[in-house]
This record gives sequence, C-alpha cells and structure tokens, in this order.
Amino acid sequence: MNKYLSFFRLRFAMGMQYRMAAFAGVITQFVWGAMEILIYTAFYDANAAAFPMTFQATATYIWLQQAFLAFFMAWFMEEEIFDSIISGNIAYELCRPIRIYNMWFARSVANRLSRAILRCFPILLIAAFLSKPYGMSAPSSAVNFILFLVTMILGLLVTVSFCMLVYVLTFFTVSPQGLRIVFVSMVEFFAGAVIPLPFFPDKIREVLELLPFAAMQNVPLRIYSDDLSGIAIVKPVALQITWLIVLTGVGYNLCRYAEKRVRLQGG
Amino acid sequence: MKNMMRKSFKLYSHYVSINVRGMMQYKSSFVLTMIGQFLVSFNVFLGIYFMFQRFPSVKGYSYSEVLLCFSIMLMEFSLAECYARGFDAFAGMVRRGEFDRVMVRPRNEILQVLGSKFELTRIGRMLQAVVMFVYGIMNSDIHWTGSKIITIVFMLLGGTALFTGIFLIYAALCFFTLDGLEFMNVFTDGAREYGKYPVGIYGKRMLQFCTFIVPYALVQYYPLLYLLDRRTSMIYVFIPLLAFLFLIPCYALWRFGVRHYKSSGS
Repeated sequence: MNKYLSFFRLRFAMGMQYRMAAFAGVITQFVWGAMEILIYTAFYDANAAAFPMTFQATATYIWLQQAFLAFFMAWFMEEEIFDSIISGNIAYELCRPIRIYNMWFARSVANRLSRAILRCFPILLIAAFLSKPYGMSAPSSAVNFILFLVTMILGLLVTVSFCMLVYVLTFFTVSPQGLRIVFVSMVEFFAGAVIPLPFFPDKIREVLELLPFAAMQNVPLRIYSDDLSGIAIVKPVALQITWLIVLTGVGYNLCRYAEKRVRLQGG
Repeated sequence: MKNMMRKSFKLYSHYVSINVRGMMQYKSSFVLTMIGQFLVSFNVFLGIYFMFQRFPSVKGYSYSEVLLCFSIMLMEFSLAECYARGFDAFAGMVRRGEFDRVMVRPRNEILQVLGSKFELTRIGRMLQAVVMFVYGIMNSDIHWTGSKIITIVFMLLGGTALFTGIFLIYAALCFFTLDGLEFMNVFTDGAREYGKYPVGIYGKRMLQFCTFIVPYALVQYYPLLYLLDRRTSMIYVFIPLLAFLFLIPCYALWRFGVRHYKSSGS
C-alpha cells in the first residue's frame, strides 16, 4: 500500500507545480460557467414551468461542475501512460514489484486531485458571491455537505476506474485513439456534462441513471444542490459503489490478463 | 506583384498536397480523428435536441432556427480550423525554434505557418454541420431569395475570416509567452460551443461585446435576423463582411510579434 501512496504523493506534488496553467484554467472555466448560466437563464425565461430542477439548483450544479472539472472530465487522461504502452517503455514498469493497475490508479487520482485543488477555490469563491439565483448556494445542511463529499470521492473513483479501462484496453489495441474518442464522447454525454441528466426526457433519464456514467458527476452535484435528497439518495449511492466495484474488478483482472500475454512494442 | 501572388498560391497548394498526402499514410488514424471530430460536435447537437424536447422555443427561436444558427457557426469554424490550424500549433513552432527557419526563407511568414498544417480531419465536423444545415433549412419556413443566399455566403466568408483572425492573435501571443494561452480557448472553442445559440439570447451586454470587441454577432446574430425575416434592411446582407476589418488589428499584432521575436529553442 505504501508504495502506491508514494506514487500518489509524487504525482500530487508534481501537479501542484503548474500554478500559471491553473490560473488560465480558472479564467476559462469561469467564462464557461457564466455562458452556461446565461443559456439556462434564456431557457428559464422561455418556460419556467418546464424546468426540471430549480434555477438555483441548476446554477449550483453548473458552478460545481466547472470548479471540479478535473475530477470528472473523461478526456483528462495521461498521455504518458499511452506513450509507455505504445513505445514499449512499459517493460520497465513490468519489472518492478508493483501492480501496474494500482500504480496507474493512484497516479490518476493524484493528478485529478491536484488539478482540482488548484482550480476549484477561486471559482467556488466567486460563484458564492454572485447575486442570488445565478451564484452558488451554500450546502443546505451539514449532512448534505458530508454526503456531497463522500459521493464526490466515489464519483472521482468511478471516473478514474472508467479511464483505467481505456488504458488497459490499449494493451490490446495498441493505438488508443479510436477507443479513447468513443469512450470520452460517451462519458461526456451520458454523465451529464453536456446537459444535466434531469434535463433529459424522463424515459431516457431513467435508463441513463442506471449506467456507470451517472455514477460520476451526476450524483454529488445533484446532492449538493438538493435536487436529490432524502430517501432518493440511497439508490444512486448504492449504484456508485456497485459500479466502482465492477469497474475496478474488471479493469484489474483485465490488466492482470494483459500483463501475462502482452507483446511489447518497440525495440 | 501578380507573379508573386501566383507563386505564393502555387507554394501553398504544394504545402496542402504534402500535408494531405502525409496524412493519408495513416489512414485509420485519419478516419478515427475524423469520427472523433464528428462525435464531439454531435454531443453538442444532442444537447440542443434534448433541450428542445423540453422547451419549444428559446427567446423566440425555434429548434430548426437554432440548428441553422449552430450549423453556420460550425461551418465557419471548421473552415477556419481546416486551413488555419498551423496557428494553433504555432506555440510548438516557436518553442522549438523552428520559426527561425521560417524567417530566413524569402516567403511570407504567414503563408509558411498556414502551410505547416492543413487539417483535413475537420471534414468530420463539417459533415455534421452540413447535415444540420440542410435539416435546419428544410424545417424552417424561410422564403429563399437571392439576397438570402448571398447572406449565407457572406456569413461563411466573414466567419472564416473572423476565426482566422482569432487564431492569428493566438499565434501572435506565443511570441511573448512562448506557450499557448489556455484562456484563448474561450474565443475559439468557446465561441464554437456557445455560438450554437444566437448571440442575442445571452443578453444585451454579451451582444455588445460580440459586436464591438470580438465581432461574432456580425457573422452570426445580425445576418441570422435577416435570414429569418426579423429584419428586412439590405444592410444586414453585408454586415458579415465587416468581420474582415477584424483581421487588421490581428495582423498588426502579428507584425508586432514578429518584430519582437527572440529566437528560442536549441
């Protein structure tokens, strides 16, 4: 366990170095969030009754989404890992007394965490001070906030374990491009990154909520904004845990299988 | 002068043919990238589709009208990205010191940078835009006249010029920062993403910004009003061409950057 923890620490410290990039990222994310809010304002003006969430909840959802983008965006994968598989450098890793899956998992979590920590606070701070329905609301209760944190971590882990599948499958396909494009587009759309899941027609939403994609940003963001509350929280959280176990289980075993029969690239 | 132009054009077509032939060596990669381009904007389209399942119209624009707006914006963007992609990759060129080589050649720098990359994969996005465009036209009840067709041609021209200008700024800033600036994405990818709705729906201040600072509204909002018969004055037909004026400050910044260029790389 210790060695993976040090991989985590290493990556985390490295990620925290890029402060200028983070500053530019914050500005971008802030503009993005503001534009989203303006769009939803226009739709709200068009027909407030058709809004599936309260406007305040939607705004909170959007700001949280922008602040914690690094947690959930599927396309934020490590080129280094792909490169090591393509170039054959993975051979060095295979010699070490570590589980590749665990190491990559620890690295990915650290990467996303450091990126999010650098970026989330300025966005959250500004969003909190924006005038009422457009800004971010405070958590409604302490329990709500704790639930948010727990589901947020679960969501991060589900996202990482999903990306891990792409890494592992690259052992078999060699070129990651195709897989990556399809997987990333799927995640973006079904996870509620393009439009939040409540905005989908009910029939489609009910199916989408069962998929692993809904276990990513959908749950924590909707819990925080009180769109999910009370007994309705149980099912999505249970699904999050189930999907986390399934995805890591499949990924880990696939990785073990790949390690045994993998043919290295490069010379 | 005429001779020079012809030579430049010949050189550029040569650049393009090298780029395309090079890309065709990796056919599967080409196809996959194209599909990727398609899927990314397809997501945006689905987002619009599902929003309009719930809301019949937004600020007086119907589904097909929004599609028309989005598809034209997407075409403008893909066209510009297709041939001006060299500016996007320019940060790398400066950092590696490759711009030195460009400067010692007896040809215009912009021409060479443009020629350094020609992204045919943007056809994927273009294809999607064309499909939406056709769908939008068939489902909106626009009375087509000659002047409206000219408006669309002008929109495409003006829009491509506008995005080229933004790419040019992006590249010019690399002279000073040596690195691509992430926040410039707001003006390129952001405009593509949020240009899906007519600028007018974002409110008055946004409209002013998009008219006078970075003139997206000139190639999107105002001519769209003419297409949809909300405005009838002929001025609206020619408004998109004003976007060409935007190229002047962009070019000035570029010249300024070139003069300030200090070699880097090894």
